[in-house]
This record gives sequence, C-alpha cells and structure tokens, in this order.
Amino acid sequence: MDIKDIVKEENLVYKKTPLMTNNVLSYCPGCGHGTAHRIVMEVLEELGAQAETIGVAPVGCSVLAYEFMNIDMIQAAHGRAPAVATGIKRCYPDKYVFTYQGDGDLAAIGTAETIHACNRGENFTIIFINNGIYGMTGGQMAPTTLKGMKTSTSPYGRDLGSMGNPLKITELVAQLPGTYFVTRQAVHTPAAVRKTKKAVRKAFDLQKENKGLCFIEIVSNCNSGWKMSPVKANQWMVENMFPFYPMGDVKVDGQLVIKG
Amino acid sequence: MGELKLMKGNEAIAEAAIREGVDAYFGYPITPQSEVIEYLMMEKPEERTGMVVLQAESELAAINMVYGAAAAGKKVFTSSSSPGISLYQEGISYIAGAELPCVIANVVRGGPGLGTIQPSQADYFQTVKGGGHGDYRLLTLAPASVQEMADFIELGFELAYKYKNPVMILSDGMIGQMMEKVELKEQKPRWTDQEINEMNGSWAAIGKPETRERNIITSLDLDSAKMEQHNHHLQAKYRKMESDEVRFETFNTDDAEYLIVAYGSSARIAQKSLALARAKGIKAGLFRPITLYPFPMKALAELAPLLKGILSVEMSAGQMIEDIKLAVECNVRVEHFGRYGGIIHSPEEVLEALEQKIIGG
Repeated sequence: MDIKDIVKEENLVYKKTPLMTNNVLSYCPGCGHGTAHRIVMEVLEELGAQAETIGVAPVGCSVLAYEFMNIDMIQAAHGRAPAVATGIKRCYPDKYVFTYQGDGDLAAIGTAETIHACNRGENFTIIFINNGIYGMTGGQMAPTTLKGMKTSTSPYGRDLGSMGNPLKITELVAQLPGTYFVTRQAVHTPAAVRKTKKAVRKAFDLQKENKGLCFIEIVSNCNSGWKMSPVKANQWMVENMFPFYPMGDVKVDGQLVIKG
Repeated sequence: MGELKLMKGNEAIAEAAIREGVDAYFGYPITPQSEVIEYLMMEKPEERTGMVVLQAESELAAINMVYGAAAAGKKVFTSSSSPGISLYQEGISYIAGAELPCVIANVVRGGPGLGTIQPSQADYFQTVKGGGHGDYRLLTLAPASVQEMADFIELGFELAYKYKNPVMILSDGMIGQMMEKVELKEQKPRWTDQEINEMNGSWAAIGKPETRERNIITSLDLDSAKMEQHNHHLQAKYRKMESDEVRFETFNTDDAEYLIVAYGSSARIAQKSLALARAKGIKAGLFRPITLYPFPMKALAELAPLLKGILSVEMSAGQMIEDIKLAVECNVRVEHFGRYGGIIHSPEEVLEALEQKIIGG
C-alpha cells in the first residue's frame, strides 16, 4: 500500500502547514515550543502572509526558530528582539512583523526593549513563551521562576528575599497605553491550542489594522529543566504556574480586563 | 557646485544622510553628537524623503533597530559618542557577523568611563581592533573636516553595501562641533521597495516569496566547522578590503626626513605644525590615514626608508602608534605625542614634540 492510498482528501484530518519547514525540531520531546511555532505559522498561512512577514528569533531555546519557520527571519541578540522588530516595522509599516521570545530574553535581559516597544505602541506582535526557567543554558533561574522553585541557580528553591519576585511582565505591559491586546494562553491541551490560535490570529489581524502592540504570553512547560516527565510537567504547570500566571485576556481593545 | 552652507560637523552628517536617501536613523542622545538627531528631528525627513527617524530608549536598542532595518535591506545610519558606542559593541559584532551594511558615526569624547564631553581620539583601538567580541573588522573612515563628515556618508554607504559590512565614521567632538563651509550634494531618491528587492532580495529578510528559499539573517551556527568556514569567508573579505580600500593623503612627503602621522582633528592641527616646521627649515611631512581600517600599512612602509623618524600624533595615550610600528616594522624610530582626556594639542605642542622626541631624541 502506498502512502497516497492512505492520504486521501476525505481522510485528511490534519496537514502540516507549509510554513513549517521539514527540519527536525530541536526541542525536547514534550516541550510546548513546537506547538507554539505551528500555531503562529498556521495563522500566517491562513492570512496568506508568508511573503509579507518578517519574524525575529530570540536567544534561548527558540534561537533556532528560523530553522523551523518557513519565513524570512532575523536572529536577534539576547533580549533585543523588540528593538530589532521596531527597526523593521518602522521601515515596513505594511508588513507583518513579530518577535518570538522566551522569559529570560523578554523579561530579564530585554526588559527595557520590551517595555519601550510596548509603550511606543509599535505595530508588531510579541509571542512570549513563559516556562519559568532558562532552558537553553541548562535550567537556571528566570525572572519568571516561581517562589520556592528549584533551578540550577536556585538549587534550594527561589528565595524571594534574596532573589527577588517572579515578574508578571504581561500584567506590567498591559498597563502601558501602547499595548492594544494582551493575553495569556497555553498550549498543553487541544482546547488551549485552539484558544491560543484564536488569540494569535486576533493579534495579527489587529497588527494589520495598526492598533498598536499585541502581546501574547504562552505559559509553557520545560520538562527537561523542571526535571519531570512531559505529562508530569504539564500537570505541574497547571497546578503551580497557572495560579500565579492566570489564563485569559489581560487587555482587550486597549482596555484592561477587570477580573471580579 | 552643490549648495554651500555653514554647518557644524554633526549637522552636516545629518543633512548628508537625508540627501543620501537614507531610509532610517535610530539614535540616542549623547554629547557631543546630540545635534545629529536634533537636526534630523527638526528637518522632518519623513516629509522631505520619507526617512524614518526614531529616538531609541538606549544605545542598546538603537543599534538593534539598526540591525533590524539593515537586515531588511534598508539603508540605515546611526551615530553616538564613545560611552554610547561602547554600548553599541554587542550590536556591531552581530551586524558584522551577519554581514549587514550600515553606517555608524562615533563623535569621540574623552574616556575612560563617563570621561569628559570634550574631543578625544582614544577610541582607535575599540574601532579598528574589534571592540565587540569575535574576529571582525569595521571599515573605518576618519574625517578631518566638516566637508568630510558629509562626504563620508556617501562613501560609507558605498563601501558598506560593496562589502556587506558596517562602516564606522570615526570623528571626534572637535569635528562634530566646529562649523565650516560645506558643499552639500544633491538629494538622491530613496530606494523603492522594488529596488531594494532587486538589489538585496537575495539575502535580506523582507518577506519570503514562493520563488525563493527563506532569507535568514543570523550570526549563529552551532556547527563549529561551518562557523570556521564563515570566519574564513569574513577574513577573505577583510583581506580584500585591505588590498582595495586603503585611503590616505600626504603633505610634503617628497623630501621629508621626519614624518608626522595623524588622522582626523590631529591631522588638521598637524598641518599647521608642518607649516611651522618648514618655516624653521625642518624637512617634515605629514601622512594622514583616511581609512584607519584598513590602515595604510604599505604606503607607510614605502616611506619608512627615507625617514629619520616618525611622530604619531593622536589625542590619546598612544594607540595608532602600534599600527605605525607594525607598518614600518621598527625600521625607523616611532614616537607618540598627544594630549588626551579631552584636551586638544596645539600646533606648537606638536612641533615641540617633533623636535624633542624625534629630531633631538
């Protein structure tokens, strides 16, 4: 039996978007990055925007995002992606521009670039993957590492007194007048994936309308860094990350969402 | 003849950038070069040519905005001064590694640290020997007049695109702040997006059409063998610059027994010292490197056998002197003279140093 006999139009329930390359993902099995990449690329495919999109890759686990995203991309220095994206978008106001950044990149070394791009209301989209740890360098403490969470640089757990508090950068940028749509999502279940995709689509649509900066946090896991199985990591994420980083929209149509 | 104006060096370089058809300027205020962005904001280049001018939140952001715009094939210019240029170094290394064209101006002030806001030439090492990490080189042009501040914009972009390499215009607070007559060039049109696509579409990240593979701008390769190959490629490019792009000028070198080597402001000062020396019957000449990288090694080596001594004059504790010594392979005596920390040497001081350190030394 040939593959063509199996893959028929009527049997087709899923197809890899051509906006993902055929390169083997460098992410650990169980990691949310692959899903997040796919969602962004599927949205750009739906928009027919491949020829009109410039992506900016960060430093961190997704430094090689350009190996997997089949679009023109620029690899930025650690934390500088929002500045790089500003340079591009100011020169090409009609193109789709986005950054894809992790928590160390966006909320520690790149905090100034993040806040000022948001505050200027740059018309690009930030996809922010928050897994509470530095994955690429081997599991060190991140700005988003939870209280008491063990990492290789907080081996006895994050001590808030000496190591500071986990930073809710998403709530912080939502306060700035330049952000238009700020939301926090996840990709650990099919339902969460659908919601995240909807949010990503919304962000790119709003970018086309020049509404200002749209900021999508995706709370994700790091089973390698957290030293858990993929299933356990997702469970731990739901039980520990979600209470501190609650799911849902933070700012819609330029207005803060008031949670009762 | 083009339009004549009396301008500060900082204003001239800004006006030249507009007339060059530059697409974007990103910068952050710092003395003694804030007039560059002030002039640009005042001139409303968005209305004149469509040029983007943006004040960044820091030098870190400014140089990375430059990186982004250059990576997308746009003609982009920035300027800063020494402490700001130190912050640029990370970005410059990435820009050099990713082989992107852009022009950066450093209006040098005295250091180290916050130093002083007065002129200096103590950023020579940082500019021509690296500054940022890794094996890279910056094509470096050293203007000695307000006219050259303007002219080196056009030359800078020509070289930047020829080699896909950042170009540094290394001036100083004196050139930036002083006013001189400057002849401005005619306004060039900015490149259209179609022209950018035709010229830079093979490499720039401007959106992937179905007709080509995606363009990736990166300085990273985790495969060390490939990274070594990339470095070989960069080094071959630098060797080509060294053979093809050396620029310098000489004054009274034909019969010179003593040579002053100086660039930028020091070269202007040394021209007066040269006149004073000749009036006293001293057979002195002046050699002015215009490109600091590539340094005019061969031209200096050819002059060396005719000389009794060389005085390197620089507003520093002695940086360029190392390249002069390499050029002449210590076959002739080379000494350094320079006031520094924001002090500008006088023509008389330079002559005195020539007499004491070289002629009488």
